[in-house]
Amino acid sequence: MLKDFFIQTGQYFLFLKMVFRKPEKWKIFWKQFILEADKLIVSSVVLVSVISLFIGGVLVIQTASNMQNPFLDRKLVGYMVRESLILEFCSTMVALILAGKVGSNIASELGSMRITEQIDAIEMMGVNSASFLVLPKILAVTVLSPLLVLLSFYLGLLGGWVVVYMTSIIPLSKYVAGLKYSFSEFYVFYSCVKMSVFCFMIASISAFKGYYARGGALGVGVSSTKSIVVSCILILMFDLIITQLMLY
Amino acid sequence: MIKIEHLNKSFGDLHVLKDISIEYKQGVCNMIIGASGSGKTVLLKTLIGLMSPDSGSVTFNGLDISRLQYDEKKRFRQNIGVLFQNSALFDFATVIENVMFPMDFFTDWSRREKIRRAQYCLERVNVADSDRKYPSELSGGMQKRVGIARAIALNPKYLICDEPNSGLDPETSILIDQLIHGLTREFGMTTVINTHDMNSILEIGDNIGFLHMGRMLWQGDRHTIFDTRCEELRKFVCANSLARNIMEKRHL
Repeated sequence: MLKDFFIQTGQYFLFLKMVFRKPEKWKIFWKQFILEADKLIVSSVVLVSVISLFIGGVLVIQTASNMQNPFLDRKLVGYMVRESLILEFCSTMVALILAGKVGSNIASELGSMRITEQIDAIEMMGVNSASFLVLPKILAVTVLSPLLVLLSFYLGLLGGWVVVYMTSIIPLSKYVAGLKYSFSEFYVFYSCVKMSVFCFMIASISAFKGYYARGGALGVGVSSTKSIVVSCILILMFDLIITQLMLY
Repeated sequence: MIKIEHLNKSFGDLHVLKDISIEYKQGVCNMIIGASGSGKTVLLKTLIGLMSPDSGSVTFNGLDISRLQYDEKKRFRQNIGVLFQNSALFDFATVIENVMFPMDFFTDWSRREKIRRAQYCLERVNVADSDRKYPSELSGGMQKRVGIARAIALNPKYLICDEPNSGLDPETSILIDQLIHGLTREFGMTTVINTHDMNSILEIGDNIGFLHMGRMLWQGDRHTIFDTRCEELRKFVCANSLARNIMEKRHL
């Protein structure tokens, strides 16, 4: 099992070496980049939006219900919701959700292409199939995913605002004051960096698993599942590493 | 001309190709025949460089592609058109985009020129009226035709076909065979076809190599195949009732 781990790790880095070669034609690369950005990022906007709105609302209720002590300022509810969202939810939780959606999309697409010999066909034409198929995906999700963090952050805060407005669980002015209280822009940067790293891992690992899928339709399913499991574990590991490096 | 010399390929303990040596000539249909599991596909994939041999060499007009650097190999592959068993058309592209795919990468032609060339290739294989359809909307035979059109898009010197008749009805099979044969003669390509279809062998087998358990046991053409003394080949040929009848009549 340990030997298999080292073989897989080595193969993964060799795969990345193939992926990060200069594209055959930049015009084709940019066309693919835009297509992948639409397919992987733009199509995730609705999912991220819905989840963020609801989580923002839930966070407000949970935080408020745990801060009943009259000595605590109610504006801390808004402050804690904001910090929870930007520090953890908007990057890590959204990345875990994207590992399912984007990761399975990439792994199953490439896996299907592998078992139907489409990747062999591209390779036989003299095109670097890894670079043509995978590089636009990796770059699209790595570069554009911070936009999802920002979207998720604003919609999470909005979700909380809506709940406060509708339930009056705390005064609205206190919630807004909490959101503004002691704001650090660095946390937004930290969250965006985390998201980029997570999305790089999701795209590259899913692409690796899909690109080397074997064993017919069953193999495509297996590669898709493995890509999600490995991505999720690595996201949590790197969450710890990046947090230690950037926040402490 | 493609020359294979002392080619060996193993997967773990399984020795799939055993000391294969054969020459494939230009302008004729060269065939690799044999039962399922005899090593045909491995030989074909080794031939086109998708698998690397353990020992031996494959040379294309004297050029050993296994010794080429990555970029040289990529450039050389533009000379090879491949028709895959399942056609391997790109699901994300229409028929005409599939044919234009290699042109997008390796030519500086204008879009109009590419479309003209793609339509010419599609006309040559009689699917010009389906150019805006997606592969999933085509029948198996039409997919094979589009696969051939894509393979010849850049005027390759070599055409490699992996089981071009698999999954096709006999009538369509013959049409595909005749199409490959015609294009081979017309463009002077070195064509290698991997098949176990006896009808194809009898229709277009100009130069045939019989593969059995990883060994090349016999080489000849469609006219001499019935006179073989190779017992394994006789069994293979006689599995087809039409061929069995011909063989029985010739040996009466």
